[in-house]
Amino acid sequence: MLKITDLVKRYGSGDPVLKNLDLTIEGESVVSIIGSSGAGKSTLLRCINRLVEPTSGSINLNGTELTSLRGKNLRAARRKIGMVFQSFNLVDRLTVMENVQSGRLGYISTWAAVTRRYPKKDIRRAFELMERVGIAHYANTRADQLSGGERQRVGVVRALMQDPDILLADEPTASLDPKTSEQIMGLLRDLAGELKLPVVINIHNVTEAKEYTDRIVGMRYGRIIFDDKPAQLDQAAMDEIYAGSPHADRTDDMAAAS
Amino acid sequence: MSAARDTWSKPPFIANPVLRWAVYLGAIAYFGWVGLTMPIDWNRVAEGIVRAGRIFGGAFPPSFERSGLLIDGFLESLKIAVLATAGGVLLSIPIAFMSARNVAPLPIFYLGRAIIIIARSFHPVIVAILFVKAVGFGPFAGVLTLIVYSIGFVAKMLAERIEEIDFGQVEAMRAAGAPYLSTLVYAIFPQIMPRQIGLTIYQLDSNLRASAVVGIVGAGGIGATLANAFGRYDYDFALAITIVIVGAILLSEAVSGAIRKRIQ
Repeated sequence: MLKITDLVKRYGSGDPVLKNLDLTIEGESVVSIIGSSGAGKSTLLRCINRLVEPTSGSINLNGTELTSLRGKNLRAARRKIGMVFQSFNLVDRLTVMENVQSGRLGYISTWAAVTRRYPKKDIRRAFELMERVGIAHYANTRADQLSGGERQRVGVVRALMQDPDILLADEPTASLDPKTSEQIMGLLRDLAGELKLPVVINIHNVTEAKEYTDRIVGMRYGRIIFDDKPAQLDQAAMDEIYAGSPHADRTDDMAAAS
Repeated sequence: MSAARDTWSKPPFIANPVLRWAVYLGAIAYFGWVGLTMPIDWNRVAEGIVRAGRIFGGAFPPSFERSGLLIDGFLESLKIAVLATAGGVLLSIPIAFMSARNVAPLPIFYLGRAIIIIARSFHPVIVAILFVKAVGFGPFAGVLTLIVYSIGFVAKMLAERIEEIDFGQVEAMRAAGAPYLSTLVYAIFPQIMPRQIGLTIYQLDSNLRASAVVGIVGAGGIGATLANAFGRYDYDFALAITIVIVGAILLSEAVSGAIRKRIQ
């Protein structure tokens, strides 16, 4: 279970990007986070695995408090949090197999990583997962030879290789064409079910969010203003999420504060 | 509404007219002063032309009689260049990581940059004079000199390449909980590898060239052979050496250019 309490993130001395945010994700649900650019979706996701340092608040994953971890403990916790990126973030000059195995870097020694002596069970797992998403025949191909959809499949397999307790996907389909985008969303939903894995997906495409996820969280300028089943997301809620501008919201905050 | 303007001139480089004219006149005055005060003795120029004529007269035809000496000197230069390139590039890699702002903590970054700046601030000939004093005449001083020279160039260029990498790949490794060295090896090395190989080949080329120069101040190699030939007024042998140096550099330039074109 992921439990976020009173999370604040402020860059520099400006207005906070996340304002006392609370969110709980239980079981193996697929949750999508929607909201306009600048709403803080990416920051929220990156605070969970500490690619972004939270300013204050608590993030607890299955009993481990993530916000206070350092060094070795932080790396051990990150192993249990898979992440899929918008721009895939594959190592272009390495093979698909090396990219997939890079999800295991937190588990194997640097020497084993450098010499590419991956454990047998990791190789078996990699082939299973690559087979599952249909990229096994690319094992020896350089990652930059693949199409966008194939690259994102590598990204997903890499994250799953971590044997994660939760999967975070930061706009996983934003760089893909509509058809590929639906395939990847379908894949994420199906894998979540098969692996009993909670998945949190930042997404701009509301239609896909409604179709492929069990729960929609709507963010607006650092706050969660909607959190319900996709069916409950009506036009009024949509307008509320996507209306306004950061400037207007900030002005409102000031007025409320004074 | 007034009529549109039909004249336009480019704004001057220095907006303030007083400052602008002061700079122009100052520059002209300085050049005039330099020209008038530099001691140029035209008699010595005339004598020099005669002497240069004697040197070139003595140099033709080039003499390859002592080709054994020439080949030994050249092979020594090649050894100096290869050793210095290997040592310099190996040392450059950690220094480059230290000097890349996006992967090194601030104090380490300053240390790395300081090493690069020191390595770059002296011409190889000056470094060679220091090393010849320190470790004596011969190729070892040449190797040390060119290692310093290689670090100054390779570490700087490599550090700049590291600063340009796609950081998303590093983030992906961090998100997977990868330790520091594994992250470097998986996310950064593959991105800088082509540049690394290109720089190494370029540096070998450059070291071969520089090894001829540092030899003149006593750091071994074909430069030393050349300096000796001049010292003994063997201008024909000196010309032969020069021809070999130019030939070797042309050859290495062609080879390194061809290799660098292949690895992009």
